[in-house]
Amino acid sequence: MSTRSQARAAKKNVPAPGYDPAVDPLLDIRDLHVGFRTSKTEVVPAVQGASLTVYPGQTVAIVGESGSGKSTTAHAVIDLLPGRGEVTGGQILFEGRDVSKARKDDIVAMRGSSVGLVPQDPMSNLNPLWKVGFQIKEALEANGVAKGKEADRRVVELLEEAGLPDAERRAQQYPHEFSGGMRQRALIAMGLAARPKLLIADEPTSALDVTVQKQILDHLEMLTGELGVAVLLITHDLGLAAERADHLVVMYKGKIVESGPALEILQHPEHPYTQRLVSKAPSLASQRLSARKEREEVKAHAVQTAGEIAAELEQAEEVVGDVTRDDVITVQNLTKVFKLRGKRPGQKIDFTAVDDVSFSLRRGTTTAIVGESGSGKSTVARMVLDLLEPTSGTVLFDGVDVRTLKGKEQLRLRRRMQPVFQNPYASLDPLYSVYQSIEEPLSTHGIGSKKEREARVRDLLDKVSLPTSVMPRFPSELSGGQRQRVAIARALALQPEVVICDEAVSALDVLVQAQILELLNELQADLGLSYLFITHDLAVVRQIADDVIVMEKGKAVEQASVDEVFSNPTQAYTRKLLDAIPGGSIELGR
Amino acid sequence: MWWYVGKRLLQTIPVILGATFIIYALVFLRPGDPIAGLFGEKPVNEGVKAQIEAQYNLDKPFLVQWLLFLKGAVTGDFGNSYTGRPVMELVQQAFPVTITLALMALAIEMVLGIVAGTIAGLRRGGLFDSTMLVTSLVVIAVPIFVFGFVLQLIFGVKLGWVSPTVGGDWSVSKLILPAFVLGLVSFAYVLRLTRTSVAENLSTDHVRTARAKGLSERQVVKNHVLRNSLIPVVTFLGVDLGALMAGAVVTESIFNIPGVGNLAYNAIKRGENPTVVSVVTIMVLVYVLASLLVDLLYAWLDPRIRYA
Repeated sequence: MSTRSQARAAKKNVPAPGYDPAVDPLLDIRDLHVGFRTSKTEVVPAVQGASLTVYPGQTVAIVGESGSGKSTTAHAVIDLLPGRGEVTGGQILFEGRDVSKARKDDIVAMRGSSVGLVPQDPMSNLNPLWKVGFQIKEALEANGVAKGKEADRRVVELLEEAGLPDAERRAQQYPHEFSGGMRQRALIAMGLAARPKLLIADEPTSALDVTVQKQILDHLEMLTGELGVAVLLITHDLGLAAERADHLVVMYKGKIVESGPALEILQHPEHPYTQRLVSKAPSLASQRLSARKEREEVKAHAVQTAGEIAAELEQAEEVVGDVTRDDVITVQNLTKVFKLRGKRPGQKIDFTAVDDVSFSLRRGTTTAIVGESGSGKSTVARMVLDLLEPTSGTVLFDGVDVRTLKGKEQLRLRRRMQPVFQNPYASLDPLYSVYQSIEEPLSTHGIGSKKEREARVRDLLDKVSLPTSVMPRFPSELSGGQRQRVAIARALALQPEVVICDEAVSALDVLVQAQILELLNELQADLGLSYLFITHDLAVVRQIADDVIVMEKGKAVEQASVDEVFSNPTQAYTRKLLDAIPGGSIELGR
Repeated sequence: MWWYVGKRLLQTIPVILGATFIIYALVFLRPGDPIAGLFGEKPVNEGVKAQIEAQYNLDKPFLVQWLLFLKGAVTGDFGNSYTGRPVMELVQQAFPVTITLALMALAIEMVLGIVAGTIAGLRRGGLFDSTMLVTSLVVIAVPIFVFGFVLQLIFGVKLGWVSPTVGGDWSVSKLILPAFVLGLVSFAYVLRLTRTSVAENLSTDHVRTARAKGLSERQVVKNHVLRNSLIPVVTFLGVDLGALMAGAVVTESIFNIPGVGNLAYNAIKRGENPTVVSVVTIMVLVYVLASLLVDLLYAWLDPRIRYA
């Protein structure tokens, strides 16, 4: 960029006359209305009359569930509304000038240099075809901060500043050579490259592991504090928001329902929605005691039901294994070694994904496997489900090694053990209606006549609290929570004894997550189910599990009951995971 | 990477063996006696016939014929045509013009298709976009020879801007119109592919991030939309080079171009196995090498792809 255009860019970022940074807010959103145009005359409102202010150096968090309009509000500030979104009313004053009425050039000049963005998903927000260093350099050059060799030097400094070790080499790498946490650091470096006055952080860590999340947020807080950058933090996690922001804004269905100092809102929520958010937030301290007592009741009930079912099964014919034992699944010395491609052709490198893991799942209880991504927890789940062959070790289902079963017996085993997967958007066939999805396992196993199967599907939908009117609908017509209910109904269709939930609630909003966890608890008591629950979130574990296995780098580093792990973690790694739960240290005034 | 290139080149051996075998079998199954055709109206002399059959190995089972062809091909001897000229000489004469024609068509469709497709993709729903969509639909729907004859009539005969036919003394300027006709259908595909790809890329997260950094619209399109959008287009273009060479048969006959298409067509009519198989072998080679080139280009465009 030439010096002239630099000067022009700088001139455009001058505050409005009469704007005084000492008293006036940096960002002042007044009665903002945003809508998405569906036809020439029709606009679906997404934000309705939102007002908020951010003062220089202040951190303000907008909290709400998906679809509440929190991201839309933030994107309106830099005129990056997706698709047919448009501001239909109100003002967005940045340094006293109305952004919503500004010229295109002025907005381009403002982006990056005055307002930076740290986007939500680090996996999709870097261009896969350019080196990370180049992408940060672009931000420097476009905003006239530095160019050429000097910009290259600055890129390395920025990456170091964002907490990326070995920055010089990293700048020369492509995004796919980075982990999620590293990419998010690169995006932070990019957002802060031109030293903006305001940084919009849109769910900056929701796609990351809890421990990485904590590191990144700590670092971001330190950086913005040092540089005096104001932050507009968008999140669905109330605990996280309260821990990181001075001021909270709670959004619900496009409207701001409550705003004020963070602690004030947490301790005295006034709006019913905020009250629900506070009571359901898995990370907040209040949940612990009541949940533990409830769990005891659920467990006792479930164990009893499971015992009854086992006794019934024993009398029925053709049962695989000894159903009267207490442990429904026993895993012994399970190990999985993957062969990875080496640098030279034909070279193979051993990678031990699961290393000598043993545990058992007691009938009618829940065992949770916790760990960061890459810890091997999902690999364990796949081996338990007999979808992946272990390198060594055995999985016993009612005392029978699952690998020894073939044909009909294997099919019978599969009926008794069903999975629920992480992403409800990907694990349902988009071309199958809800009815077809739930009915499929029944017809695959040849259960009942067509009439009976339909009755069974209705019954299952009832169990997961969905109306039968959803039967003809397709997954794209359902919300995330509804889809996960369909996935659970499908898993329950064959009346399994064990359900393996692989991050079954991780992709869901806080309130929906709480509903699904409640549903799983109820179903466990009613049907005597045993759960193997895979998750990275210890806060969720506390709500649902009886026993916990903490996995790190393929090894089970700690195994104990939930109470023991939470009150007295023996491993440094477990303590690290516990510390990373956002908002865990905040006291609630109740 | 060299390991990968070597592996891919080794893979061409079974491809060529298979392709020549199929061609041999098909020509063998073709009804009619090629020798009878040579004699034309005159009665066939049995002694001469047997001699010719022996000369061209026509008296042997077709599997043996095929093996003898392979044996010759390895040493660079592709045999003689029934007129007595070495096949290699015919091929050497015909290939340059067809390769030039195909490359010119490729260049035309690439430049026009990508430029028009990008503009249409950036202004989706606009006048230019709608016009291009209709135009490309017409181009795809109407058979290529119709365009060939119509354009030949308008520019060659009526306006006299170009010579209507090419003939033996071909030159690049004479080939412009035929190349345009040859590349027309692929142009429509490149346009549509680029348009969809650009429109799709415009709404990706990383393009939004690029805008949020403060890049101008021109920089966003150049660095973050266009390069990402070209990946599927490159794949298409590579495969298309082979298709253009094969599709040249029609264009070559309309404009009377002495290329491979004409050579192959006449050889098939006469049942000249050595010529047909030689032409096909070389076409297979071109096809395989073009797709190898595309795969290497692909790795250059997309750093996530590494060959080992």
